[in-house]
Amino acid sequence: MAGFKEAQGDLRLESVTKTFGDFVAVDDIDLHVPRGSFFALLGPSGCGKTTTLRMIAGLEQPTSGRVLIGDTDLTGSRPYERPVNTVFQSYALFPHLTIRDNVAFGPKRRKAADAATLAADALELVQMTQFAGRKPAQLSGGQQQRVALARALVNHPEVLLLDEPLGALDLKLRREMQVELKRIQTEVGLTFIHVTHDQEEAMTMADTVAVMNKGTIEQLGAPADLYDLPRTRFVANFLGQANTGVGAIEGTDGDHLVADVLGTKVRINKARSQVHDGNVLFGVRPEKVQVSRTKPDGVGNDVKGVVRDVSFLGVATSYLVDMPSGTTWSCYEQNLDVDPIDLRPGDEVWLTWNPGHAFGVAAEDQ
Amino acid sequence: MTALAHAAVDPGGVDPAPPAPEAAKRSWTAYLLLLPGVLWLGVFFLLPLVQLAAVSLQSRYPGFAGYYYRDLNFANYASALTDYAPHFARSFLYAGLATLLAFALAYPLAYAMAFKAGKWRNLMMICVIAPFFTSFILRTFAWSQILADEGWVVGGLELLHLLPGGQIINTPVAVVAGLTYNFLPFMVLPIYASLERADPRVIEAGGDLYANGFTTFRTVTLPMSMPGVLAGTLLTFIPAAGDFVNMELLGPQQGKMVGNVINDQFLAIPGGYPVAAALSFTLMAAILVMVFLYVRRFGTEELV
Repeated sequence: MAGFKEAQGDLRLESVTKTFGDFVAVDDIDLHVPRGSFFALLGPSGCGKTTTLRMIAGLEQPTSGRVLIGDTDLTGSRPYERPVNTVFQSYALFPHLTIRDNVAFGPKRRKAADAATLAADALELVQMTQFAGRKPAQLSGGQQQRVALARALVNHPEVLLLDEPLGALDLKLRREMQVELKRIQTEVGLTFIHVTHDQEEAMTMADTVAVMNKGTIEQLGAPADLYDLPRTRFVANFLGQANTGVGAIEGTDGDHLVADVLGTKVRINKARSQVHDGNVLFGVRPEKVQVSRTKPDGVGNDVKGVVRDVSFLGVATSYLVDMPSGTTWSCYEQNLDVDPIDLRPGDEVWLTWNPGHAFGVAAEDQ
Repeated sequence: MTALAHAAVDPGGVDPAPPAPEAAKRSWTAYLLLLPGVLWLGVFFLLPLVQLAAVSLQSRYPGFAGYYYRDLNFANYASALTDYAPHFARSFLYAGLATLLAFALAYPLAYAMAFKAGKWRNLMMICVIAPFFTSFILRTFAWSQILADEGWVVGGLELLHLLPGGQIINTPVAVVAGLTYNFLPFMVLPIYASLERADPRVIEAGGDLYANGFTTFRTVTLPMSMPGVLAGTLLTFIPAAGDFVNMELLGPQQGKMVGNVINDQFLAIPGGYPVAAALSFTLMAAILVMVFLYVRRFGTEELV
């Protein structure tokens, strides 16, 4: 294989920028993905996540910056020269080849003597052995998805790229494939880079999630950290639900900042706020908010509101509560009381949360 | 895992049969929709075909030129095959050459239109289709001007000393050139359609799986466009093999194609009807056999 680069190690992007005409798709990002990790690029459509993936694959070349695996600079090399394989969004199976030949395609191009055996093993791994003789059009979406995975995995790439691989599957199948993908990743130990706009999917599967917006990485970290302590307004809103309000910081109270959100005083742990003066976007996750009929004793933050809507979800009951500031908050009560609280729309309730659960980010996007 | 394994095995739900009255109604609609086409084919294709078959077996009244009686005279076929074998051979040779040339010209053009043309795509498409706005005969006449002894093609080739004979018009070369030109759009359009329909991600997948540009073309793009190539070659070869206009206007006086013989037998020679009909049937049968073998060899599940 002339030009093929045998690279091993962590994947790194250094100051990578990609422009299409005037449009900046990816804006000077740096990324370090440790070898063998499951990494997710999460963001809304048009945020640059797929362009980033395509630059790693070699399907696009960066306008500036470098793409490296270990110490090998892959910038400028062609897709077929890289130890990287992609599971495409629409699977992109070769329609004229059987499943067996689809999977054997990569090994054959690399002149592997045992291409047939490798393909058989890969099909075994994704439990598609009995379909080896079929054509892609004769398979369901979920089955095609497995074949696309096998076709990439069979090459044992240094980095496996997944471009919204579960996007076309129905919910139940998607859940199953999430577990399955995670199992396979653990089994083969390859670096997986998973592009998705589904925050739940990214959080369930990945060790590390990079949240992208407008061509930049807003925040990078373990899913629980991103959820618990978002550092930008975008991350707070994109990742899960958040009850938020914009307020002015008025002063401090011990370890806490005190902000005035439309007449309601709220406290945020200093370490959990990105801003310490001026305006702050205050937020708290719905499951961290407790609902009660009477004013609770000294937890720290409590606000009186009016119940607008009650939905029984089985494991929990979800409440929408109109706040004095004019916004509507959402909160959950786990259904473990012997005597349920039994709230109705129109009831006055007290919402309480621990200041340690609140977070503060810049009120305006930078 | 059991749920997963089940999902993998399940070939997908089978649609339950629609209720019977609904099905009956739908099939009647289908027959009604088919009726005009079936009538048209019956009256203007099937009946003439039967009549032609009858004519091809007629015998001539001895002594009366131009008069025939109903018969089972298979000698017409024998004469068609023995007397005109060279004409058949020429027809298939010229049509075959024109098909190869048209393919060689059309594939890069269709490829460029599908993948490289960008905003020029529509203009290129118009250029491919534009010749249909003038008549076939006129366009072929135009070629007799282009390839004339005083024309720029001959002049240019003579200047470069590439034309020792000094003539293109009235040679088989002119006939093949005319056939290639006239049927080129029938080659371009199906190939373009199949390339355009190909998912660009599938072609990218070839590159992603270690195939360089040429290998990707050979193992992915070309096989995916085979239905278009198949349709294009059939749409070019079949009419080219039966064509007589290009030979008439561009070709030599001697060494005609089978289409010219059929035309002459029908129109010019008194008493040529049965032989002309027999020639037509022989040509049709020969083309059918060739197409059948060709599709068996290169065909995919779907045409176009």
